[in-house]
Amino acid sequence: MSIATMREIEFRDAVREAMSEEMRRDIRVMLIGEEVAQYNGAYKVSRGMLDEFGPRRVIDTPISESGFAGMAIGAAMMGLRPIVEFMSWSFSLVAADPILNNAPKMLYMSGGQFGCPIVFRGNDGAGGQLGSTHSWSVEGLFSNVPGMKMVIPSNPYDAKGLMKTAIRDDDPVFFLESERLLSMRGEVPEEEYLIPFGQARIARAGTDCTIVAFGRMVNIALEVATELEKENISCEILDMRTIRPLDAASIIRSVKRTGVCVVVDQSWSFGSPGSEVAALVHRECFDDLDNYVHRVHSADVPAPYAHNLEQEYLPNARRIAEAVRSSLYRS
Amino acid sequence: MSKSASSNAGGQVRPKSGRPEVPMATAKNWLREMMLIREFELRCMQAYQDKKIGGFCHVYIGQEAVAVGTIAATEARDPIVTAYRDHGHALARGMSPNHCMAEMFGRVGGCAKGKGGSMHMFDRDNNLFGGHGIVGAQIPLGVGLAFATKYEDEVINAQKTGGKSNRVTLAFLGDGALNQGSVHEAMNLAGLFDLPVIIICENNGYSMGTSITRGTTMGHQISAKAEAYGMEGVEIDGMDVIETYWAMKELVEKVRATSRPIFVDMRCYRFKGHSMSDPRKYRTREEEERYEQGDPIGVLKAQLELRGLTEDDHKEIQREVRATVKSAIDWAEQSPFPPTSDLYRDVYREKWGPYTGSSDPEMLGGAENDCKFNAIDTTIDRKADLL
Repeated sequence: MSIATMREIEFRDAVREAMSEEMRRDIRVMLIGEEVAQYNGAYKVSRGMLDEFGPRRVIDTPISESGFAGMAIGAAMMGLRPIVEFMSWSFSLVAADPILNNAPKMLYMSGGQFGCPIVFRGNDGAGGQLGSTHSWSVEGLFSNVPGMKMVIPSNPYDAKGLMKTAIRDDDPVFFLESERLLSMRGEVPEEEYLIPFGQARIARAGTDCTIVAFGRMVNIALEVATELEKENISCEILDMRTIRPLDAASIIRSVKRTGVCVVVDQSWSFGSPGSEVAALVHRECFDDLDNYVHRVHSADVPAPYAHNLEQEYLPNARRIAEAVRSSLYRS
Repeated sequence: MSKSASSNAGGQVRPKSGRPEVPMATAKNWLREMMLIREFELRCMQAYQDKKIGGFCHVYIGQEAVAVGTIAATEARDPIVTAYRDHGHALARGMSPNHCMAEMFGRVGGCAKGKGGSMHMFDRDNNLFGGHGIVGAQIPLGVGLAFATKYEDEVINAQKTGGKSNRVTLAFLGDGALNQGSVHEAMNLAGLFDLPVIIICENNGYSMGTSITRGTTMGHQISAKAEAYGMEGVEIDGMDVIETYWAMKELVEKVRATSRPIFVDMRCYRFKGHSMSDPRKYRTREEEERYEQGDPIGVLKAQLELRGLTEDDHKEIQREVRATVKSAIDWAEQSPFPPTSDLYRDVYREKWGPYTGSSDPEMLGGAENDCKFNAIDTTIDRKADLL
């Protein structure tokens, strides 16, 4: 790669740059969702896109997720490449039938005739005291379905490179952003780049404990690792970037070296990416493990409103640190 | 709802006021298509009893005029999407009975390689976008097909078309689907975005075992619902294929010109049960007999007899469709079951992990199809240049 011209931009700008670049490159790409056009995006991710691409390609919808998600899937079957913004993934639940029953199964049910090159994107995870119905982490629920891919970036650089790959992918991609990350700043080159799916990033190299983390949890794990350094614990953090495909090889390679694995996944524990990773590690690294895989998830309760309860509900630095110490028999 | 039956009593078989006459050859071809669908469905019922067809099976007997008359009013490039009672639409759209029957039998020669089944008939070459099993789910998809044709005509190929959309999508649903939220959301979007789609409600009066009067407000006049979405609502006699054709032809031309959606209350009757396990206890034998007198095949046959169709002609068509369906069954039975290696095929376009990419079904030539699915043809290089 040639020398990149770096500048610092926000996560939301990175997502917008990816979408805009791909829309300039491919006229079949369009953006549709609630408030994406005239309002400039409920979270300003699509700011300015209406001005550049016009109302035929940046399309405001009524609050009608099941309708517009289904409509976009029909358009994708014809060969358009829609980007569908859910203001929040929590709202995608009313579109569960189109996004789970149509998009990921169309290719299979049609015997290879009709695919669905579509990206669904929006905020996932707790935003901050939004209560039970608006704080969904859909990764556990949705990643269960074959036929889709799931992306969960943790920083602006990855968000841009992964979004560009998502838009060019011929299969349906669920792209999970986080309201808590949208203002995060990070270095992103001016030059074009794409990040392939299924390749984890070593967010921090270490020797004692492998922390497998998804999305925003990577950043919390990084803070924890810095703290644990003071206790002479060296953590290796894998930023998985995508849940489907899951980069099993990177996990196995790291755990075989450290012998210890902690998974940090903000979805509920039961039937989740975290449980999938645990099963994988127990199967593939059985003889290398010094302890069972420790898992840090959101508490197995609906998301509470009260600030203190929500803090305790979410995977937090204290719970992650406890899991690492416990897995190393240091507690 | 038995308008056609009564209007045909006493020799009233002239085209309804102002309609031109359909050429005899065309009308005879429709008769053949309707009889083919009827024969196909009767054989499916038999094969289901013989356990050659599994799962759910919903036959189209009684509604043949709808698929034949509506589809005849379209051009091949106009997309079509329908629900789970879809064999008739597939055959009317030109799918070979062989591939259709093989799909019913769960064989690799089926239109979806045996992976879709009765409810999921797809035919890319004939612009049939399914066969969909979840009640009402196909209407947002159909609205999306219309969105895509409009986008292609007016955004991608604006210079070629002068920015004017010129395709019409037909999206079929049953009256039972009328109470699904997604249908109403889709109608709102179609009205809002001026989408060139005709939403055709095949109103056979029953949502499974629930009569329309028990499940739907304004059940006597469902076309009124269209008004709320800013679209025209039209009633058509779906038991009379010639009337269906002319009425639809007008609507298709109108939508092609205006790019405005239309809702059709297509009055018809399902002669058999909802599915194979339905004993039809919710309606009377008298009611069924009344509608059977207006059998759309009988109606057309009577109309054509006045124009010279003989009993021998009819028998000849009957022999022909019997032979066609018989050979479709033979063909299906000779098609192998899908190889187990097909289990992980067509899950993703991309090959990764256990997934082996995707390919076209035998019906379309069977080639590997990394990204050929696009009905939309652009010259853009779509290869991702991964760093």
